[in-house]
Amino acid sequence: MSALNIKKGATSHSAYDLRDPHSEAVESHTLAVIVENEPGVLARVIGLFSARGYNIDSLTVAEVDHTGHRSRITIVTSGTPAVIDQVEAQLGRMVSVYDVHDLTAEGPCVQRELALFKVAGKGEHRIEALRLAEIFRAHVVDSTLESFVFEMTGTPEKIDSFAELMRPLGLRELARTGVAALSRGV
Amino acid sequence: MTKAMTGARMVVQALKDQGVDVVFGYPGGAVLPIYDEIFQQNDIRHVLVRHEQGAIHMAEGYARSTGKVGVALVTSGPGATNAVTGLTDALLDSIPIVVLSGQVPTFMIGTDGFQEADTVGITRPCTKHNWLVKDTARLSEVIHQAFHVAKSGRPGPVLVDIPKDVQFATAEYTPAPKARVDHYQPRVKGDIEAITRMVEMLETAERPLFYTGGGVINSGVAASQLLREFVEATGFPITSTLMGLGAYPASGDKWIGMLGMHGLYEANLAMHDCDLMLNIGARFDDRITGRIADFSPRSKKVHVDIDPSSINKVIRVDLGIVGDVGHVLEDALRIWKARGRKVNKDGLAKWWKQINEWRAVKCLSYKPSDKTIKPQYALERLEALTKGMDRYITTEVGQHQMWAAQFLGFDAPNRWMTSGGLGTMGYGLPASIGVQIAHPDALVINVAGEASWLMNMQEMGTAMQFRAPVKQFILNNERLGMVRQWQELLHGERYSSSWSESLPDFVKLAEAFGCKGIKCADPKDLDDAILEMLRYDGPVIFDCLVEKHENCFPMIPSGKPHNEMLLGNAETQGVIKAAGAVLV
Repeated sequence: MSALNIKKGATSHSAYDLRDPHSEAVESHTLAVIVENEPGVLARVIGLFSARGYNIDSLTVAEVDHTGHRSRITIVTSGTPAVIDQVEAQLGRMVSVYDVHDLTAEGPCVQRELALFKVAGKGEHRIEALRLAEIFRAHVVDSTLESFVFEMTGTPEKIDSFAELMRPLGLRELARTGVAALSRGV
Repeated sequence: MTKAMTGARMVVQALKDQGVDVVFGYPGGAVLPIYDEIFQQNDIRHVLVRHEQGAIHMAEGYARSTGKVGVALVTSGPGATNAVTGLTDALLDSIPIVVLSGQVPTFMIGTDGFQEADTVGITRPCTKHNWLVKDTARLSEVIHQAFHVAKSGRPGPVLVDIPKDVQFATAEYTPAPKARVDHYQPRVKGDIEAITRMVEMLETAERPLFYTGGGVINSGVAASQLLREFVEATGFPITSTLMGLGAYPASGDKWIGMLGMHGLYEANLAMHDCDLMLNIGARFDDRITGRIADFSPRSKKVHVDIDPSSINKVIRVDLGIVGDVGHVLEDALRIWKARGRKVNKDGLAKWWKQINEWRAVKCLSYKPSDKTIKPQYALERLEALTKGMDRYITTEVGQHQMWAAQFLGFDAPNRWMTSGGLGTMGYGLPASIGVQIAHPDALVINVAGEASWLMNMQEMGTAMQFRAPVKQFILNNERLGMVRQWQELLHGERYSSSWSESLPDFVKLAEAFGCKGIKCADPKDLDDAILEMLRYDGPVIFDCLVEKHENCFPMIPSGKPHNEMLLGNAETQGVIKAAGAVLV
């Protein structure tokens, strides 16, 4: 993962050549899949994962090029190196797929997720929740005398940590968008 | 010049522009406008099937025997769901077919209308791609794209779902050259650096082996020619999967027979012991590999495949080359010649000596009988009496299929049509009709088992109606032979539901369809009976009563490596352990 600190284009071969293909260690990879925005395209991608037994840890999708009708699907998946290779190859051969990037293997990337937290409580709990929100740079987007809704953008790990802290303070509901990711640099 | 026309006419026009001469189909409410257009023209012939599954297998037989795209037309709902088995069959065997299905009108989609099914949803996992066309203006372009996708890259089945109002509405026709297909252009040329590495490997290999598959057939006749040239020039032994039979001639002296679960002893042992495996257009199917952990443990493996996802899917290879088999072979041959046509002559001589020792085992031997017809004997006689004829063979699925692959020789590609990946019983009869429609003057034989054959026997009506003189050569053992064999080996000879009970009288059945029935039970009568079948100008149902308990050998029991295969005289009790018993 981040141990694979190689620059894009540094080698003519895939970055996969640099790891042990026989490794049984399960890795988490973030894939960016550029697809034709046509009816059923998400069902195709999800169907591939379920039919072949691959994992989806997170998935986001939205049209990113309105004139070209292209959508970007960001999938966080986990598996052994051999499985990750297969996921990429299986996605790549689909007719609706223009391009697949393994952002984890291709180099450093930025990953962000947006989350909304509904926290209910009174007195000390309420004050503590607000104080922690400030530390985590979460914004209050809704407030009543007994509750807050915090909005936070960050890495999945940051959202996990904040959620853990909010749980004893009255976390009622949590909504997450899933990961959006881009490679660093040009 | 653009022309406005109805969606239904567009369908027919697009098929004509794609060079389609025959469509296999079955009408229904949601495709009536298209059938009306078919009625009013003479360029495209429509073959009326008796069940939509038959239409898809006929299109497959047509496609596989011609190298062209097969076309089927079905109605909405049950018409489309009946096509699912055929689509899955074509997907697993990479057969290019285009299926057009009718759909309820767009304004009724989602209302559970009469004969409505979510056809694109149901067929998404069993097609290479599919489309629901909601706008007549898009229809002709989508049909052209469908043909492009079906035949480009790794071929496969596609489906275009056309709601009835889209068939009635009028729009401008998009001619084939104007259809946008640039977004799907799979790579066909292999990486030259990698091909050069492959050539370097084969120059020094001591025990090289070509392991070829259906990809060579799919790549076209030129690929088979290049393969032959390569094999002859290098002197390497060659084996093939079930799907690749005929790419290299069975009469060629480098041919060491089919490999796999019921492949030849010499082919499987060569796979196990080779030091360089050249996989050309095959996919390391589980029928081929046996136990993965012990698969060809000492070899370097090269894999040429047009589908990047095939490489390293099952077996980790040392060198993967993504590209069309024909292009890669052409480049490899050119590079090998330019580098001086080197091979390891000493190693190769020893290797052939070893292979010939394995050959001497004569793994296809069986105990002959003068009282009952042995299925192997029936196929040996069929082979001898049809040798040299313009012959096409289809099969159903089971023991007879494996015996046919073992005992019939194919000297040309596109002559052997069988359901390899999906193992679809009921494939052979309709496939034989599809082949016969494509090759009206050829001899087309479906080697069948009685149980498989009954699964789609209604298609004899199609054969009669369209004067397709297909020969149905049924090896009748009154058993689901392969199921029975596995029950003998695995389940303590408890033959649960593997008897073909209440079989019809096949001769009377033939008479009921209006064709010829022949029954043969005595080996002494067999030659005359086969000749009678061959001489008859029309469809024949040949009921060949064979030995009921014959097992198909050689066999690699499930969960075993290649070098532990069973020969015909082997002790079979308890050979499959618990770990193997869970495999199919």
